[in-house]
Amino acid sequence: MKQKIKEEIYRWIFGILAFSSLLFLVGITITLITQGIPLFREISLWSFLSGRDWYPTYEPPDFGALPLIAASAFVTLGALLVCVPLGIGSALYMNEIAGHRQKSFLKPLIEILAGIPSVIYGFFGMVVVAPFIQKLFNLPTGLTALTGSLVLGIMATPTVASLAEDALSFVPNSFREASLAVGANRWQTLVKVIIPSAGSGISTAVILGISRAIGETMTVLMVTGGSAVIPKSFLQPVRPMTSTIAAEMGETVFGGLHYNSLFAIGLVLFFSTLFFNILAEFISSRYRLKLGMGR
Amino acid sequence: MNRAKISQKIGFFIIFLCVVTTLLFLGIILYFIISRGMGAISWEFLTRPPTGGMTGGGVAPAIVGTFYLTLGAIIFALPLGLACAIYLTEYTPKNIVLNILRISINNLAGVPSVVFGLFGLAVFVKFFGFGISILSGSLTLGILILPGIISASQEALTAIPQSFREASLALGATKWQTIRKIVLPTSLPGILTGVILSIGRAAGETAPILFTAAVFYLKGYPDSVLSEVMALPYHIYGLMTEGTFPEEQTKIAYGCALILLFMVLSISAVAIYFRQKQRRIHYG
Repeated sequence: MKQKIKEEIYRWIFGILAFSSLLFLVGITITLITQGIPLFREISLWSFLSGRDWYPTYEPPDFGALPLIAASAFVTLGALLVCVPLGIGSALYMNEIAGHRQKSFLKPLIEILAGIPSVIYGFFGMVVVAPFIQKLFNLPTGLTALTGSLVLGIMATPTVASLAEDALSFVPNSFREASLAVGANRWQTLVKVIIPSAGSGISTAVILGISRAIGETMTVLMVTGGSAVIPKSFLQPVRPMTSTIAAEMGETVFGGLHYNSLFAIGLVLFFSTLFFNILAEFISSRYRLKLGMGR
Repeated sequence: MNRAKISQKIGFFIIFLCVVTTLLFLGIILYFIISRGMGAISWEFLTRPPTGGMTGGGVAPAIVGTFYLTLGAIIFALPLGLACAIYLTEYTPKNIVLNILRISINNLAGVPSVVFGLFGLAVFVKFFGFGISILSGSLTLGILILPGIISASQEALTAIPQSFREASLALGATKWQTIRKIVLPTSLPGILTGVILSIGRAAGETAPILFTAAVFYLKGYPDSVLSEVMALPYHIYGLMTEGTFPEEQTKIAYGCALILLFMVLSISAVAIYFRQKQRRIHYG
């Protein structure tokens, strides 16, 4: 009997501790909402999201987050132009072209790229990429949206590559063999059979790459220059949401409107990455059903 | 050559170019950090505090600080993550519970690092009153690495053949005895791999400690879990954005970047070694 009670206690302990991640996720949501809400007593949600002026320290202050949201979208889009071809190309190479030997050498290299801390990417962007961009386009500063996109793109490449590689490895070998057997060559098989059947897995990889790029902080903080204007060109400095929070939190007064406004930006950031993560989850669960793998 | 053959040649060449470009970037990053960082590294650099307004001396307090923060994060996240993984794999909860937990773990993994920083600031620094401290920073980093520890441990636990568990239960052992004496020891290498990878992640993260733990300069070393702390990644950021001697500071930043890179990469090399060893055990 004593044994049985002990077993029950253990089950309960593990059960309760298991909910910690849910607790933290809910805790983060509640924190962002309660700390961000006081801002919306002063200005409406709409004027926060669509306002074109971000001057939080002026008197009276302006809390228009559109330049920051637009900058995040801009830099993320630029990063996608880098990480989607490089990531998917690397995945295709590893899975379809490289032999076993080459693959076992390439995979760890991509993992190294994924393991480099973001502050090192930011540092690299500041000391190597920014001066290069500045000279190349003859600009007053090399800290631009383009620099941010480029560095962020390199950084997101391994994420896209390893997720896309997973998706490709799920394609049953019989698909490949059937296509080759009816006389298609390897390239035709790749384009007409493998890529379409791994399609939703690959799009999941891209979506998670987007989510990673939107939320990345140190890299954009260090290399995008930080001026809060709506971006018109890739060659101008911008200030995405993440770097606004990181750069301005130090100058705020605890509980002041500026402090609240940074949590409100955090809320926008949180919900945009949440949206992309749920979208990715949805697509990948559909995809598994399609390939008959169950959940 | 017919058209199909030509298009295959071109297509494969483009794919090949993608891989080469990716590796080229990796090469360039490693080349710059290693070649320029080597010049800054010396015994003094590793063991002394900074001097002369961040233009000389070493970065020892930042290395020590990163060690404390990472250790704290693991102490917090490992028991929680392991318990969660054990519950999910060994106690097989109902489908609905399983789905809720899976979704929350996945989404917690996707939360941007700076948002963890905001949470840490509002909850640990302000609400619990821990202030800007090792404790606040470790807890924040711990939550950040929690999903990684859960998935790695879960993977290690599911890799244990079901027959191991059945054999133990058949001998009359209880569930908890089976977990403690059979499941955990057998899955230890896999769990360790996950833990080591999380150490690498925690050591390199900057955004979560920006508002919760790190300062650019600290006199001496931290003396309690409630003191502020210098940290290697934050130090790189500080050297590049604060201070008045950009040229000297950039040199030191190169040194810091090399140390951080070396730490993080050697940690993941150890993890990869563990993983290989574990595969040999399972698959002969």
